[in-house]
Amino acid sequence: MDMELKGHIAQLLSKGKRMDGRKPLEYRQPISIECGVSETAEGSAKVQIGDTIVIAGVKLSVETPYPDTPDQGSLMVGAELLPLSNPDFEVGAPGIEAIELGRVVDRGIRESKSIDVKKLCIKEGEKAWTVMVDICTINDSGNLFDASALAAVAAIRDARFPEYKDDKIDYKVKTDERIPLQKTPISVTVRKIGDSLFVDPNSEEEKATEARLTVAIDEDGYIIALQKGGDKAVTAEDVDAMIGIALDKEKELRQILG
Amino acid sequence: MSYDQRIDGRSSFEELRPIEAKAGVIKRADGSAYFKIGKTVAYAAVYGPRNLYPKFMQDPRKGILRCYYNMMPFSGQGDRVRPGANRRAKEISMITEKALLPVINLEEFPNAVVDVFIELPQTDAGSRCAGITAAAMALADAGIVMKDLVSAVAIGRVDDRLVVDLDYNEEAYEEGRGTADIPVAILPNSGKISLLQMDGQITREELKECLRLAKDACKRIYEVQKSALKEKYIVSGE
Amino acid sequence: MSELIVKTKEVVVPGEILATGMDYLPGQGTYREGDNIHASMLGLVNVDGRAIRLIPLSGKYLPKSGDTIIGKVEDVTMSGWRVGLDCAYSAMLPLKDATSEYIMKGADLTRYYDIGEFVVAKISNVTSQKLVDLSMRGPGLRKLMGGRILEVNTHKVPRIIGKQGSMVSMIKQATDCKIIVGQNGLVWILGDPEGELLAVKTIKKIEDESHTSGLTDKIKEYLEKETGKKITFGENGGEER
Repeated sequence: MDMELKGHIAQLLSKGKRMDGRKPLEYRQPISIECGVSETAEGSAKVQIGDTIVIAGVKLSVETPYPDTPDQGSLMVGAELLPLSNPDFEVGAPGIEAIELGRVVDRGIRESKSIDVKKLCIKEGEKAWTVMVDICTINDSGNLFDASALAAVAAIRDARFPEYKDDKIDYKVKTDERIPLQKTPISVTVRKIGDSLFVDPNSEEEKATEARLTVAIDEDGYIIALQKGGDKAVTAEDVDAMIGIALDKEKELRQILG
Repeated sequence: MSYDQRIDGRSSFEELRPIEAKAGVIKRADGSAYFKIGKTVAYAAVYGPRNLYPKFMQDPRKGILRCYYNMMPFSGQGDRVRPGANRRAKEISMITEKALLPVINLEEFPNAVVDVFIELPQTDAGSRCAGITAAAMALADAGIVMKDLVSAVAIGRVDDRLVVDLDYNEEAYEEGRGTADIPVAILPNSGKISLLQMDGQITREELKECLRLAKDACKRIYEVQKSALKEKYIVSGE
Repeated sequence: MSELIVKTKEVVVPGEILATGMDYLPGQGTYREGDNIHASMLGLVNVDGRAIRLIPLSGKYLPKSGDTIIGKVEDVTMSGWRVGLDCAYSAMLPLKDATSEYIMKGADLTRYYDIGEFVVAKISNVTSQKLVDLSMRGPGLRKLMGGRILEVNTHKVPRIIGKQGSMVSMIKQATDCKIIVGQNGLVWILGDPEGELLAVKTIKKIEDESHTSGLTDKIKEYLEKETGKKITFGENGGEER
C-alpha cells in the first residue's frame, strides 16, 4: 500500500470524510440479498454491498457422526477467494486469507450454536446430516467479511432438506424442511486507520486498514464471536469502541436480512 | 418408442433454452460477462493484458491466453463437488483456450498474458459451452483485439432425434439408441469451428446435420452476445 | 457494389461486418477479409469519407512515444527506476533522464523517487517488444505529492481533457483542484475533500457519457449546479503544471 494514498485516506477519515463521500460509519448502498440463486445448491444467497458481490451455497449430505458426538450432525464453512473477483487473487488452493475468511464466518455460526446440530441426527451413531457452506467471491470491491457472513446465513436460512429415503438422498426432490436455526448471527467488521474507526471499506480503504475487528452478534445482543486482524495492535478502549459500533450497525444489517 | 416430446417441454428440437446475457458484471475485472442458458449459469472475467509471471514464460514475439474453468462446489447435479482443480476442469480449461485462440491475435500483447476465469454457480448440462460463450463476451468487453466472437452450444442425439442444446435429462437419456453429446464452438462470422467434442454414438450423416444445426443455433446465440455487449455501451437518449 | 452497413457512432462487436465491397478502406480497429470489412474489437464506428475506423471503448493502455503519463514507482535498481503504468508493460526511467539535477554516483536513489510514489513522466521510446523508456526532464514532469489517484478508461482521456484542455480546466475551476490527466488513464487530483470528491464524480460522469453529444455543456451545467459557481467556458488551461 503506498504511503501517500494511505495518508490521504487517514487524513480524510480524521475529518470524518471518505473518498467516495460517505461518512465513516456508513455502509455502501444498495445492500441486497437475493436467495435461491443456485438451484443445484440446497440453499443459496447472493449478497451485494456496493460493488462487492459474494455467493454462498449450502449442500447437505448424510455422513457417519464423529465417534465422540454420536448424536450430532456437523457444520463446515469454507471460503474461496476466486481469482475471478480480484486481479490480485491467485489460482490454486485457498491461501491463508481465504482460510481466515472461512473460519471467521464459521465461528460466528458455529459458536453461537445457531444450528442445533442435535436436530441433524438421523440415527444415533450411524447417520447424521452434514451442512456444508461454501462462500465464493464474485467481485471484491472491499468488505468481503461482512458480505460473506451475510451470504452464509442467508443461504442457510434458504436451504431445504432434500428427500432422504431408503438410505439414499434424492437431490432432485426438495422437502419443505428447513435447517433448524436457533440463532441468526450478524457480523460487522470495524476497521481502524490512525485514530479513526470506520466500516465497509472500498478496495483502497481495505488495503490501508491497520487493524480490524470482526464482531458476530446474535439477535439478543450477545457477542458470539470475535476476530482481530491487521498488523497494528489496538487498545482496550479501541476494542470497546469498535464493539459499540458493531452493536449499532448490526441492527441495520439484521433488518436488511429480514 | 422414439423421442417425440422434449423432456423439459420445449416445442421444437431446434429450440434453445431461455437465455440471459449481461456484460460488465464484475467491476474489478477488465472485462466480464454473465451467461445463462436454461439452468446453466456462467460468470466470466478477463484480466489483461497484464504482466506474465514466471518470467521464463514470457515470449517477446507474442502473448499467451490462459483459461481457467471451475464449477462452484454447489453447482453439480448431486453431491457437493470438492473445490480444487480436477481433471475434468483442467481439460475444459484447455479446450476453452483452444476454442478462443483462433480469434485472438497474440502478437498484440507480446510478453504479456490475458487471463480468463470462468465460474459456474449452477449447471444443467452445456456448461463448457456456456463458459466459452461468456468468455468471448468478457474478452470483447475487455477491449481485446478479436477477429470475431465465439459462440458455443451442445448439439446431440437423443434416441433417434437430433436436438439442439441438450439439458441434463436429455444427456442422461438411456432408452432406445441412447445419446450423443456434441459440444461445438463456432466463429459466427466465418462459420468456422473452434471446438468439437463428442460423447456417445453417431453416424457420419447425423454428424453433418448436427454441425449444420450447431451453426444455426450459434447464430442465435451470437445475436444475444451482441445485444448484451451493445447494451452496456449504449447510453440512453443518444 | 460497395455498401456501408453501419454508421458513425454505432457500437459494434468483434467480427461484425462494417462494409462490403472494395470502395471502403479498413482503418484502425478493422480488417478486410475478402469483400468485407470487419470490426476487430468492441468499438465505436467512425466513417471519414472512405475510411472506416473504430474508436476503442475499453482496453488497457498501449504505451506510445510522446505520451505524458502518470506512473507508480515499482522498483529502484542500479540504473534507474521501474515505473508501473497500469498496463501490461512497465517502464524504465533511466538515471540520466530522471531529473534536471545532477545525480551523484552512489547517491540514494530513493531520495529522488521511492517505491509507491507517483510521478508524471513522458514516454521517450517504445520498442517493438513494448519495452518502454521514460524521461522526466521537461516542464511539468515531477514527483506527485499528496492528493489522490483516480483510474479511468484510457480511451476516455481525450474527452476528459477536452479540446485544448477545455474540459479539464472547467473541472479545475469549479473544484479548485490541481488535476493532471495521464494518457495511460491515471488522473491525479489535489484539493480539499469536497473539491476532490466533485472532481472524481465529474470525471466518472464524463466517462459514462463520453460518447453523447453536447457533453461539454452538460458538464458545465452539472458543475455549476453542484458548486453554485458560474463557470467561464473556453479557458485554455491545458494540463496543470
